[in-house]
Amino acid sequence: MKARGKVFKYGDNVDTDVIIPARYLNTPDMQELAKHCMEDIDASFAKRVQAGDIMVAGKNFGCGSSREHAPASIKAAGVACVIAATFARIFYRNALNIGLPILECPEAAESIEAGHEVDVDFETGAITDLDTGKTFRAEPFPPFMQELIAAGGLGAYMSKRA
Amino acid sequence: MGMTMTQKILAAHAGKDEVHAGELVMAKLDLVLGNDITTPVAIGEFPKFGRKTVFDREKIALVPDHFAPNKDIKAATQCATMRCFAKEQSIKNYFEVGHDCGVEHALLPEKGLVTAGDCIIGADSHTCTYGAVGAFSTGVGSTDMACGMATGETWFRVPGAIKVEVKGKFRPNVSGKDLILHLIGMIGVDGARYQSLEFAGEGLKSLTMDDRFTIANMAIEAGAKNGIFPVDEATLEYLKAHGAKEPVVYSADEDAVYERTVGIDLDGLEPTVAFPHLPENTRKIGDVGDIKIDQVVIGSCTNGRIGDMRIAAGIIKGKKVHPDVRCIVIPATQRVWLEAMKEGLLEIFAEAGCVVSTPTCGPCLGGYMGILAKGEKCVATTNRNFVGRMGHVESEIYLASPAVAAASAIAGRITAP
Repeated sequence: MKARGKVFKYGDNVDTDVIIPARYLNTPDMQELAKHCMEDIDASFAKRVQAGDIMVAGKNFGCGSSREHAPASIKAAGVACVIAATFARIFYRNALNIGLPILECPEAAESIEAGHEVDVDFETGAITDLDTGKTFRAEPFPPFMQELIAAGGLGAYMSKRA
Repeated sequence: MGMTMTQKILAAHAGKDEVHAGELVMAKLDLVLGNDITTPVAIGEFPKFGRKTVFDREKIALVPDHFAPNKDIKAATQCATMRCFAKEQSIKNYFEVGHDCGVEHALLPEKGLVTAGDCIIGADSHTCTYGAVGAFSTGVGSTDMACGMATGETWFRVPGAIKVEVKGKFRPNVSGKDLILHLIGMIGVDGARYQSLEFAGEGLKSLTMDDRFTIANMAIEAGAKNGIFPVDEATLEYLKAHGAKEPVVYSADEDAVYERTVGIDLDGLEPTVAFPHLPENTRKIGDVGDIKIDQVVIGSCTNGRIGDMRIAAGIIKGKKVHPDVRCIVIPATQRVWLEAMKEGLLEIFAEAGCVVSTPTCGPCLGGYMGILAKGEKCVATTNRNFVGRMGHVESEIYLASPAVAAASAIAGRITAP
């Protein structure tokens, strides 16, 4: 599994309230929520993002509320992968559970800039900044997690196994 | 090798004699919680787990509190989805608005649904509140909730821990909220990421149960997986008084391994305020400066209990809310509301010019019942002051104790109680 796309870059402690503000959480429709994704930190994100784009951020990405709507709206917006220095634990769990690939890599998070083209190989954990030619290594997902992501999340993965 | 209190509870629920930090375990759950925002998503995921019925209709709690009483048609639809599921599945612990309902984390302990030694997940990040009674309890997402409802189990990575050694005794007008804000200010919003905050020390005996609920509630604001208190006389008394299940008391081993130890001297604590836009931006009340405010919110799963209402009413009694301030008081549960009414606290609030709301999470997460306009400043006893959390992205939230919030409502600016 691979991803390749343009980078949207954010700082430290991006919380789930700015990823998807609670005022929109009166619906569980993730496509609808995707229209408001990142609205309070980057008002034009939903308009600019294209399928396959990649999000890069600093430490503690996804802190705060446990709303699964946060990774789900990022995924529904078309983002193929989130790379961060570190993730808040509930977000980490939620992202994998809904099949949004995320990688922890402080070096990549530090170096990669907004607008760069980035290539990610989930089998090896290699993250390549195609603008600078630099390659970074994240811990790759074990095979079962790659299968889970490919299946689209924990529910779909479990039903396939059942 | 010794285990922390959290590790012992996880080991017991995973059927193991011993677990270590970093180990992945499958653990049995004593309670699975959801609210009107997270449960509809979990209900959508539920069929994927291949079960037609929930694992145990008595071990699931569903609470309409975030946008309930229904704030709009979409919110009403979400509440209806949850209500319908609760009926179909004969969920015992579904709490209807007005029928002994309230904000989930104030409600569940009050109803005796959580006890010492329990292993609990909830699709709400403040599920860590129940560490106050000596339970392992942590926030998860909706898919995990669906998995928990279907199977009664889930997986955890066993956390390491930070030991928070507490000594001394609070000075007047200092409370659990000041302690937890101070701690978050010390270690940062990711200071305990993936770890437990385990409280210890002789200072704990002077903390009320309400103090402990407030402190455990905000463990997540330091990034923690859970916050937990040792079980003492006060815990056992509380559990008994609220008709909780028989407690199972675990305590950390003498040689438990902690990643670090942080000390807090209650005698030295001052009222503390977290400035926008992170709970770690704390200042002692003396260093706040002159900040004029537009709104005060006293309530939430953090500080909406009867003890909080008494503290706020004690300061507000006989005074008037500043003419430029809207002061919104939200008792967290129907029972708190009734007690506050019987004790005359609601009258004190109303006479002073506060508005008293029905229990709801409402403004805490920018839902309704006190949304902020551009440029407005609010002192809130809630738990998060992120950008846009309570309204406009250019509004500001200052987190504080009920005492500071009440005093600030009177003064019209952030002030010491």
